Amino acid sequence: MKLTEIVDELGLRVAAGSGHLDVEVTGGYTSDLLSCAMAGAAQGNLWITLQGHLNIVAVASLNELAGVIVTEGKPVSKETATKAEEEGVVLLLTPLTSYEVAGRLWDLGIR
Amino acid sequence: MSPSEVKKAQELVYELKIGDIMTRQLISVTPETTMREVKQLLRDHRISGLPVMRGDQLVGIVSIENLIQALEHNDLDAEVNRYMSSLVHTIGERESAVRAINVFSRAAVGRLPVVDEGGRLVGILTPGDITRGVLRALEQAYHEEELRKYRVRHVFEDITSDRTSLILRYDIAVRDFTRAGSASSQLKQTLVRLGVDPRIVRRVAIVSYEAEMNIVIHSENGGNLVAEINPELIAILAYDSGPGIEDVQCAMQPGWSTAPDWIREMGFGAGMGLVNIKATADEMYLDSWPRRSTRLEAVIYLKPGEGKTSNETDGNR
Repeated sequence: MKLTEIVDELGLRVAAGSGHLDVEVTGGYTSDLLSCAMAGAAQGNLWITLQGHLNIVAVASLNELAGVIVTEGKPVSKETATKAEEEGVVLLLTPLTSYEVAGRLWDLGIR
Repeated sequence: MSPSEVKKAQELVYELKIGDIMTRQLISVTPETTMREVKQLLRDHRISGLPVMRGDQLVGIVSIENLIQALEHNDLDAEVNRYMSSLVHTIGERESAVRAINVFSRAAVGRLPVVDEGGRLVGILTPGDITRGVLRALEQAYHEEELRKYRVRHVFEDITSDRTSLILRYDIAVRDFTRAGSASSQLKQTLVRLGVDPRIVRRVAIVSYEAEMNIVIHSENGGNLVAEINPELIAILAYDSGPGIEDVQCAMQPGWSTAPDWIREMGFGAGMGLVNIKATADEMYLDSWPRRSTRLEAVIYLKPGEGKTSNETDGNR
């Protein structure tokens, strides 16, 4: 499934990387620990996390993730969004919990 | 075009200068030239319009549309000034292409005379020139990256020695969370340009990122990340000048960490860094002298069969 469709289905707000939504999502990963995301998330995955600070951009970029969904309405700082834009990393925001986002993605067939 | 290429094209429209994409046209006619001569010039030069000059001054444009009007009236011996469009729009050679796009979309003109700062005619711009200019610039950007990749890939072939290595050094600042990860990003970009297998690149990225973050989080005065690349392997060396690890055996246990709470709140200090490195690299050596220094070396083999495959290195979930 394409990232654009997921953005529409879940009503996600695109905080950065709007030019990189036309990609196929290969799976998902949930953790708020950066080391776990580094080791556990695979290329093309969506990473669901509560972390909204600058360092999620490096993890997403190094891992070539399809994007990061920051949950529970947590805001991302302007510098985080700017950095993500520079690195071509997609940042998506939602008021939903990580649990609910993972469930909805699973229902959409992202496994 | 992919969305990122479309975005690049949009940026180029702002960056490209009219002077770089216009047709430098030196052919012009005078108001007294006949429409018959215009017909011949348009045909000979395969163009669709000509500037009309009185001395140094631009007074109009005569186009193929004007020629058709003259033909309809069977009036080819008429002078240009009867049929030309008196000039309304010009554009400066140092303006950006996006200005021209705006003029073309607002005014019903098919070409714009381009003038220099002194108002002298230096060329002609058509919508086709803009398209060609953008395509040429896109192609150039693509070739530059390809050329860079090609050059880097052939580094090892051009150097003769018994053993050749490329050594990349990065300075890591302590507690600088805004730059954290940039050394690993630069290393990764270099490996991609070298044409290293993407699965290897990913493993190196995991190792270098964890090693880099350890220095950012735990060192006293920052440290260094050094990557040695040779045709057989990539070795990553991370070292700092203290405080050292009190108990290396503890540090190698999953979940064990000395990171303070504020760092843990950022999602670091999960006690998985060294564990991830060990699981990802083919070899890992950790030496630490408490209160003095820490030195970590991790090796990843490039040749297939010698190292772990990416399936084996799924970390520790």
